[in-house]
Amino acid sequence: MVRINGENLDVGGQSVADYLDSAGYDLMRVAVERNGDIVPKGQYGETIFKDGDNIEVVSFVGGG
Amino acid sequence: MIPQKVEWMQALHERHGIEFQKKISSTTVAVCGLGGLGSNIAVALARAGIGKLILIDFDKVDITNLHRQQYKANQIGMSKTEALRDNLKEINPYLETVLHTIYLDENNAKDMLLDADIICEAFDSAEAKASLVNFVLSAMPEKYIVAASGMAGLDSANLIKTRKVSSRFYLCGDEVSDAKGGMGLVSSRVMLCAAHQAHTVLRMIAEEYEV
Repeated sequence: MVRINGENLDVGGQSVADYLDSAGYDLMRVAVERNGDIVPKGQYGETIFKDGDNIEVVSFVGGG
Repeated sequence: MIPQKVEWMQALHERHGIEFQKKISSTTVAVCGLGGLGSNIAVALARAGIGKLILIDFDKVDITNLHRQQYKANQIGMSKTEALRDNLKEINPYLETVLHTIYLDENNAKDMLLDADIICEAFDSAEAKASLVNFVLSAMPEKYIVAASGMAGLDSANLIKTRKVSSRFYLCGDEVSDAKGGMGLVSSRVMLCAAHQAHTVLRMIAEEYEV
């Protein structure tokens, strides 16, 4: 299981890019951290979730 | 009558204590975007006697900004960097500022943010927010970033909070209230979020890293 924003999901083996796409995120508005480190945008395709990963997906909304 | 610097520092020492004030006075903060968030963050930090503010915005003061941003009617048309610098200097004549009247993006960010100890993301667009946060966390591994997401509308003030996402990344706001829907940005709620950001900066300066 992979923990994403506090929820355990069965997405081990999926890439960050595939997960974000299937979950409906807008790639231009997110920051993704894996076990406390940022996943650079250029590495979403090659970064594969492993069981036990702790993932934070921050999806920004506008206004300031 | 403007107080002498020694009187100014004495007053800050009385309020914050000498040790904490020393730390505040030796900290440089970059404020990226000088709208409702950035102008209010800058005012709070200027009052606290922050050492240096790097103020970054490409835009000019518009009449539609005045309901929530720290500008005045007679500043409409001025660049926000200069107008805010003038207003901050009226509050704290000894504040050091560096102005960048430019659109901050991944190509120019590194040079402008190099001197900052802490970076405040205070942009309006969700894409610009995400882009700066990704850039700082990926390319400037020694910096802290305090970002904001979700502060529009009239929803409860108590939904605005600060979250520590990871060791160098704090996020303030309710994370859902987009400026596009409904009522748009309301001064008091934007100021709350800006105050969360400024407060997070001051807590980090005091080496209080938990929220």
